[in-house]
Amino acid sequence: MIATLGRFSVWLALALAVYGICVSVLGIRRHRPALIESAEGAVFSIFGLSTFAVLLMEAGLVGHDFSLEYVARNASLDTPLFYTIIALWGALEGSILLWIWLLALMGTLVVMIERKRQRELMPYVTTVLLCISAFFLFLAAFPASPFTTISPVPPDGRGPNPLLQNHPLMAVHPPGLYAGYVGWSIPYAFGMAALMTGRLGETWIRTVRRWSLAAWGFLTIGIIVGGRWSYEVLGWGGYWAWDPVENASLLPWLTGTAFLHTIMIQERRKMLKFWNVALVIITFALTIFGTFLTRSGILSSVHAFSDSAVGPLFLIFIGLTLFVSFSLLVYRSDKLQAESELDSLVSRESAFLVNNLLLLGFAFAVLLGTLFPLLSEAVRGVKVSVGEPFFNTVNVPIGLGLLFLMAIGPLIAWRHASLESLRRTFAGPLYLAVVGTGMCWFFGVRGLYPLLAFALSLFTAVTVFQEFIRGVRARRRNTGEGYLTALSRLTSRGRRRYGGLIVHLGVAFLVIGITASSVFKLEQEVTLKPGESLQLGRYQVRFDELSAWQEPHRFVVQGNFTIFNANQKVAEMRPAKRFYPAEQQPIGTVDVRSTMREDLYLVLSSFAKDGTSATVKALVRPLVMWIWVGGWVMILGSLIAIWPDRRRVAVTEAAGEYAVWQPGRS
Amino acid sequence: MATWKKLSLLLSIIPLLLLLAYGFKTNPREVPSPLVGRPAPPFALTMFDGNSNSLEQLRGKPVVLNFWASWCFPACYEEAPHLEAAWQTYRDQGLMVIGVDIQDRDADAKAFIERFKLSFPNGPDPQGKITIDYGVYGVPETFFIRKDGTIHYKHVGALNEKVLKAKIEEML
Repeated sequence: MIATLGRFSVWLALALAVYGICVSVLGIRRHRPALIESAEGAVFSIFGLSTFAVLLMEAGLVGHDFSLEYVARNASLDTPLFYTIIALWGALEGSILLWIWLLALMGTLVVMIERKRQRELMPYVTTVLLCISAFFLFLAAFPASPFTTISPVPPDGRGPNPLLQNHPLMAVHPPGLYAGYVGWSIPYAFGMAALMTGRLGETWIRTVRRWSLAAWGFLTIGIIVGGRWSYEVLGWGGYWAWDPVENASLLPWLTGTAFLHTIMIQERRKMLKFWNVALVIITFALTIFGTFLTRSGILSSVHAFSDSAVGPLFLIFIGLTLFVSFSLLVYRSDKLQAESELDSLVSRESAFLVNNLLLLGFAFAVLLGTLFPLLSEAVRGVKVSVGEPFFNTVNVPIGLGLLFLMAIGPLIAWRHASLESLRRTFAGPLYLAVVGTGMCWFFGVRGLYPLLAFALSLFTAVTVFQEFIRGVRARRRNTGEGYLTALSRLTSRGRRRYGGLIVHLGVAFLVIGITASSVFKLEQEVTLKPGESLQLGRYQVRFDELSAWQEPHRFVVQGNFTIFNANQKVAEMRPAKRFYPAEQQPIGTVDVRSTMREDLYLVLSSFAKDGTSATVKALVRPLVMWIWVGGWVMILGSLIAIWPDRRRVAVTEAAGEYAVWQPGRS
Repeated sequence: MATWKKLSLLLSIIPLLLLLAYGFKTNPREVPSPLVGRPAPPFALTMFDGNSNSLEQLRGKPVVLNFWASWCFPACYEEAPHLEAAWQTYRDQGLMVIGVDIQDRDADAKAFIERFKLSFPNGPDPQGKITIDYGVYGVPETFFIRKDGTIHYKHVGALNEKVLKAKIEEML
């Protein structure tokens, strides 16, 4: 029943997508609004049908309908309800279903919000979005159908991959990434619409700003939460490994970040028009590329959960996207001339330009490193693997350069910055950053990169605080408001600016966390008998005993450890190994004791079956928490920047240098 | 924009796509082992039957060192009969086959040996020491060690009769 209904709704949605494409093209050519409305109706119906399909899938999962192959492979009678529900994105077919649903949801939102405001662009936007939907619906209808049945019906399912049912963050990481990936379809669709209509002014740029920020925010959530999941589940003590699939999620993030910055230049100075369209195409293509890498299995990765037939289809889709989009771009290239020129090298425009070069350079290095094994094998026939050393060597200097620009960019003037204004803005932060870095040096931080990273992060943080303090002071002087009122009004009157600054502050936290935790980590792996302990940094880790028990869906062996700091008991920690019946390897469960200062990280590497000894890996990683804090601050900042303004006119006046930007009026 | 610029922008997409397409032909899991041609790391193994074996003792004999586990389905199940057959065929010519069972429960491992009537020596690697020394990514993996103790060949994934026969005969 579920299978029949599910397949029917996917097919019907596919048919509607194709129908929608046809009628909207027809509507555009013959100037028939009724046809265009009908295509919008198709978008809404696809949303309805895909919601229905997702609910059906969930009903199958939760109701243990093992006649569905997907349920039999990704759920079992013993799997807890929570992990049964999120098994929707535990494998390829369900992920595609989720993808379709997210795309339909966003498509519906776009049509509802923008159709009145963007009458010229919207029919094209709808067409492009329907084309993307049609591709994914085709996948779900044929090669990767989530509603395939099996017979005979197995009595129980295999259950989800244990790595995916070991941590609640799995409920956030894949959907966050997908929402980020899918989200970039919308700026892309607007970019394409602008190319097709030839309306290449600033209209589309203003419209996509929020949509791009939302996609960027989701991608940020997906990446950071993925890092945290990796840190807390995989048991190697790290959060980022330059794994191909991680890189694939970073690539659109980098180009998307570049896009978010250059659209500001186009708004202000009517420059970089060609570049912005190119960036949005590249970003969208990279989101598809990310999915392609995850699903094709062409590169070795912890994420290559399935090799499947969809790989070649994705490749065709990427190829088509690139060819069609770039053909349109070069066709319109004459209309994409800049209307002004750079006035000075010391200006915000030029800071943004260099920032773009660096972001793209970063992205290129990551792409090259990711594809190099393939390139090497294809050209020289030699298998190589490219690892952390390459990525760190190339990207750390680029990252530091970006950090520098991030600190100064928002504060130097457009067009031309005078020496006097530079001094006024940067003297304080520079002074504090130097003092702070000196203190880092005093406390034993050595090495150019770590010191630079701390210095630049401090510099960024201080400039951000300085901006807020100056703004609040100015408001208080003029209005006599209290500090908090002044702060919240200041922020809400210039959401774009202050949201952006908060994102930068988050990045500074993130960089501090990454630097400290990778440069100053301590690590030890020791086999201990009960009662013995190891000493690591400030901590004494005592192994007390092993305990073991059977849970419905797994068998657990746990090491019990007591942690002392200066002979004072501070915690009990219990890393464990979990054995899942259907799986090949036991899954380690890490125990982490996190404080703002440092994390103590315990992994039970192995144990003697009679309980007489346990091998434990212990790590101390300073300031890891600041990575997650930084992530949330970045999200907060982007939320502030996205938040719609109620008093539009007032904002236009108060935002000062952003007065050019008038939401909804174009 | 000049026409040649336009064209070259479009044409630059092709090599990228070709490269990705090439990826379908390759198996990313095949990683060359740096150990090939080098002396095999020494190991000592206590067998399930209580006897012990070490690489030292086996010097002068070609060794097929197979890493497996009872949970490794289907690959280990596919190759087990071939390993046993090879052992039966070549043991008189001095070949040694040794199975290293990794990350397993004793009872399951013994059931696996019983199921395939494996008669060559098999033993567990409870601390994972041998597994780590040999840089095993996953099971099954098989190392072919020459008479002089250097590694001749590393095979990732299930062995078939053909490879097994060819590699053993190269070493004999």
